[in-house]
Amino acid sequence: MIEIIDLRKSFDGIEVLRGVNLVINDRELMVIIGKSGVGKSVLLKHLIGLYRPDSGKILIDGSDIVQTCGKKEVCRLRERFGVLFQGGALFDSLTVFENVAFPLQEKTKLPKRVIQERVSEALEDVGLSGIENKYPAELSGGMRKRVALARALITEPSIVLFDEPTTGLDPISMHAIHRLIVRTHKKYRFTGIVISHDIPQVFEIADRVAMLHDGIIVEVGLPEEIQNSENPIVKQFITGSLEGPIKVMD
Amino acid sequence: MLFERFLKSIGRVVLRELRNLGSMFIFLFNALVHIFIPPFKFKQLLRQIWFLGNKSILVILLTGSFTGMVLALQIFYTLSKFGSEALLGPAVALSLIRELGPVLSALMVTGRAGSALTAEIGIMRITEQIDALLSMALSPIRYLVVPNIVASLIVFPLLGAIFDLIGIFGGYVVGVKLLGLSSGTYFSKMDEFIDMEDITIGFVKSLTFGLIVAWVCCYKGYNTGYGAKGVSKATTEAVVLSSILILVWDYFIGSVWV
Amino acid sequence: MKRIDLELMVGIFVVFGLFSLGYISVKMGNLDLFNKEGYRVYAEFEKVGGLKPGASVEIAGVAVGRVRDVRLTEDYTALVEMTIKTDVKLQQDAIASVKTKGLIGEKYIEITPGGAEETIPNGGRIEETESAVDIEELISKFVFGKVE
Repeated sequence: MIEIIDLRKSFDGIEVLRGVNLVINDRELMVIIGKSGVGKSVLLKHLIGLYRPDSGKILIDGSDIVQTCGKKEVCRLRERFGVLFQGGALFDSLTVFENVAFPLQEKTKLPKRVIQERVSEALEDVGLSGIENKYPAELSGGMRKRVALARALITEPSIVLFDEPTTGLDPISMHAIHRLIVRTHKKYRFTGIVISHDIPQVFEIADRVAMLHDGIIVEVGLPEEIQNSENPIVKQFITGSLEGPIKVMD
Repeated sequence: MLFERFLKSIGRVVLRELRNLGSMFIFLFNALVHIFIPPFKFKQLLRQIWFLGNKSILVILLTGSFTGMVLALQIFYTLSKFGSEALLGPAVALSLIRELGPVLSALMVTGRAGSALTAEIGIMRITEQIDALLSMALSPIRYLVVPNIVASLIVFPLLGAIFDLIGIFGGYVVGVKLLGLSSGTYFSKMDEFIDMEDITIGFVKSLTFGLIVAWVCCYKGYNTGYGAKGVSKATTEAVVLSSILILVWDYFIGSVWV
Repeated sequence: MKRIDLELMVGIFVVFGLFSLGYISVKMGNLDLFNKEGYRVYAEFEKVGGLKPGASVEIAGVAVGRVRDVRLTEDYTALVEMTIKTDVKLQQDAIASVKTKGLIGEKYIEITPGGAEETIPNGGRIEETESAVDIEELISKFVFGKVE
């Protein structure tokens, strides 16, 4: 279980997170929605300890990641996470195979043969076989995301974070990535946190949905609850209306 | 209250620069400590030696030979005023070994490879590849910085020596083939005037320049700001700062160690 | 395939660089890596006039060794340590003198062989020495007419 308790963070005097409270249960797929620039990615980077909060706690199965990791740049607690970064964050200088195998090669002492098998399996899971020797620059955006997903899942982490997994993709690839998330979630039973603003597709994949606005969680609930929410902020966001409490820059 | 604002802005700049300097040294310390902690990344090291060393050879050969040739022309002109053209060989070799070899080869490598280094690490920063390493609980210092520092420590002295040698032969071509000095005088005087200490100084200079360039370029890349603009700014700063530090440090060594 | 190429290229580069470094060190820096054979001989001079380590030691104009070290003794004379090639024997009564190449050229040591039967062993000493000629002194003597 992941508990985020009263998390606050400001950059250069601007408060980005103003007391975020959220509980994510084991093995559920939580989707956090919200307008661009409301601190969704910042929240996610706090979860893996890349940012230190000004105040507040993040408990993962009871242990505080802020305290455990402290100021250490490298923190073992992160080994429980798999992260799918926004742009994929594949290593340019390594091939697809080397990218996916990287966490295993560096973190485990598995024999080469086993690594090979697991990489092929992971690539098959994301529907990409036979591109092992290509470099990330040779792949399309959707393929890169898939490879990154394979890399995030290869260590079979108990928590997987998805930072806007579908930005910059065409509708079909977007759909495919969503299906992939659901499928891998079913197979590996990880706790998934997806940062997204793909309305309405996220309602189909989420177990629960949380809406982040202005540095706080304004509503959490089952997809149907959010869809039928009476909260004007949530309502406006889901309908994409320009009129409402969310200010839109002209 | 204009004056107060003025003082405040001075204070702010000084504090910011001090903080920068502090984080630069912490970065260096961190990197140096990681050099001695296994596991070592030999493959990355090899790649960086290739990138910094092999790919720089052509530039070094070109600049080295022309530097030697220009030196020979200039020094020959000066020496002929004193009637001691026979000292051309040692004069060229000494200038190259003590000063120009280490400094110019370091500047060339900074321009050719240092900027690329900063850009590469900077792009890894903005495309979250560094965050990806951290999220796997792996140290980016070990994968990105240590190989560059070790490779520079190996590559810079070697390139400096190649620069010296090709420069001396460049000087030979001009002095002997063009200006009509006898080839015996050009070389035989050299070993009388050049001590092992001169070579040691050149070597130590190259070694420290290697550390400076790798340090500055990696630091600037590692702390790149946002976007393409951040990378280009980091690259420029890295090259400028490296070049300045090379020259300042060169003067410092030269004045302390005579 | 690419990996092997990389290793090969790096290998070539490092060998090339080390060769350059070695060449300037041994050839010009007088780093005696391969030339360790030779024995040590000391000589005491009143004045060495800027003789430096690395200067050559010659007999009849032929280099037979090098100056290793020059230091001050307790009696304020200069003690010169040199290595001489093993196959060159120096007699006990040989004379060592500090000479100058040309008018303002560098200093070196010229050894004039003696006629004694005994030779100087490793670590031995050349007893008879001639100090450097001080050109300024010579000129001033000449100017003030003290030269006989």
